[in-house]
Amino acid sequence: MLNQSGQNHSKISAKLFMSLSIAMLLVACKSTPLTPAKVEDRSPAPPTATKPVTDTGADANAVKEVVIDSNANNAGNNPLKDPNNILSKRNIYFDFDSDSIKSEYRPIVEAHAKYLLTHSDVKMVVQGNTDERGTREYNLALGQRRSVAVKKALNLLGVQDKQIETVSYGKERAKPNCPDEACYQKDRHADIVYEGD
Amino acid sequence: MNIIRWIFYCAVFLSTSVANAALEIEISGGSAQQIPIAVVPFGGAAATNDNISDIIAADLNRSGLFRVLETRGMPNLPTTPGQIKYAEWAALQAQAITVGTVESVAGGRFKVSFYLMDALKQTQLAGMDYQIAPSQVRMTAHKIADIIYQKLTGQAGIFASRIAYITKTGKRYALQVADADGYNPQTVVSSNEPLISPDWSPDGTKLAYVSFEKKKPIIFVQSLTSGNREILANYKGNNSAPAWSPDGSKLAIVLTYGANSQVYTIDANGGGLKQVTKSNGIDTEPVFSPDGKWIYFSSDRGGKPQIYKVPAGGGDASRVTFEGSYNVSPHFSPDGKALAYIRNDGGKFRVVLQDLASGQVQLLSEGAQDESPSFAPNGRVILYATKVHGRGALAAVSSDGKVRQRLNDATGGDVREPAWGPLTN
Repeated sequence: MLNQSGQNHSKISAKLFMSLSIAMLLVACKSTPLTPAKVEDRSPAPPTATKPVTDTGADANAVKEVVIDSNANNAGNNPLKDPNNILSKRNIYFDFDSDSIKSEYRPIVEAHAKYLLTHSDVKMVVQGNTDERGTREYNLALGQRRSVAVKKALNLLGVQDKQIETVSYGKERAKPNCPDEACYQKDRHADIVYEGD
Repeated sequence: MNIIRWIFYCAVFLSTSVANAALEIEISGGSAQQIPIAVVPFGGAAATNDNISDIIAADLNRSGLFRVLETRGMPNLPTTPGQIKYAEWAALQAQAITVGTVESVAGGRFKVSFYLMDALKQTQLAGMDYQIAPSQVRMTAHKIADIIYQKLTGQAGIFASRIAYITKTGKRYALQVADADGYNPQTVVSSNEPLISPDWSPDGTKLAYVSFEKKKPIIFVQSLTSGNREILANYKGNNSAPAWSPDGSKLAIVLTYGANSQVYTIDANGGGLKQVTKSNGIDTEPVFSPDGKWIYFSSDRGGKPQIYKVPAGGGDASRVTFEGSYNVSPHFSPDGKALAYIRNDGGKFRVVLQDLASGQVQLLSEGAQDESPSFAPNGRVILYATKVHGRGALAAVSSDGKVRQRLNDATGGDVREPAWGPLTN
């Protein structure tokens, strides 16, 4: 098993797979047949052996296992899901009738921008939301303002549109029958969502 | 750009052997001048599960334009014109009398006959025979009520029409179609993600709607009879607010393309996308005028949301609403002369009716969370979404504001997003 140590699984697996493939091709050119999935025991001989064996891992028949874990997005292995990592914070809240990003949410935006810039094959969606007041379609458009505001903040930090889609849920996820402003406030948010969430 | 993808979907039809109302209707108010009419129980009525004269009476009653007379206790209950003793009905001041019969015929079918008589002149105003399957009993009663309504008021009746609406029960959403009296609900599509914005094709065979099943708003068009559904628009960003053109050839829609909401038109087969509005703000909630020449829409391009119109092919937009600081969600009367929309009146969202020629405005509902006004196809009634004790319900108000109805979901869910279907023959 490969120790991923908190890095993006597919990226490292891809690199290892590539280098492994090339190695295997070279081996094949030397007319050594490939034996799939056979692991030979290359551990060193016990100390009483007369001949020292050096474990260099350079045996041409040894196959290094690559694990592609489609469920890589689980907490602990993935910074996007790690509760101790700012990347697990996905909700940006807005003031009434406003789509400007408050300073307290800037670090979250910056963290996700940095992640996207270092993982150029990763795509994310920003989902805008509103409170319950008003018509459904008009609120869809208002919610979109919030998701676009997050996108523009990411653009300013260098992230390209091809990595971001902005959509809106409008008031579809709003708490019904809010009694006060504190309740409405909780509905005014844009959420960052990654594939596999 | 996305191409149209065909997806086959089996629509779930709720079977109703005994018809139960999906929506319970309460009525209040009434027209000042109500026409007194006797709807005499039909002969042979026990043959059918649904009582035809009861349905007719309920339809006429619900319109607020009729005073349906009590017939129980009358010495004679005629079932044909020849049996009517007019003096008895004159004593009740009846202006019109409906009589009829139901009989079983071959093949498990029914023959339904009715006559509408002028009670004062003692002449026939209408008469019709129907040969129907048992599943058509309710709709036949509605068609008879439509004939009566048309003969006595001069206006087309809408009792045989259908309404679409969306229910939310727990976490489940369903787009349903029911008869205009709330009976015979059928589920068009159901989902764990929101469904919004249903819109009828002009020929009444399809519904366009927005589904969040792919975790973003996408426009589908679904055939009511076959259940076939196809994606009309799934561009990057939002795809929403579908509104059919009067000739059925295209729809107005709203896209965002990663930026702000703008109005486009698209052919009914998914091609020919064309941007119609261009602003830096929100342009949304488009509707075609009934003559097909204009698209009316909501926009905040002037600061606060108001209603504007633009030529359907694109061009300069001009403002339509000048009263009140927040007007959205325009919907046309079928004759193109009036606009119903939603005004934010000091925090209360209310239905407003504006005469387009005079600019005169009438507040039609109380609010506070009214939305989605939809005209009946005869223009006489406006159906809209409201909240009653915190629960989504539908309400209807006559275009003169005098007759009101409330429609609650009998199963206890939330009802919203009503759309009244067209008249079909």
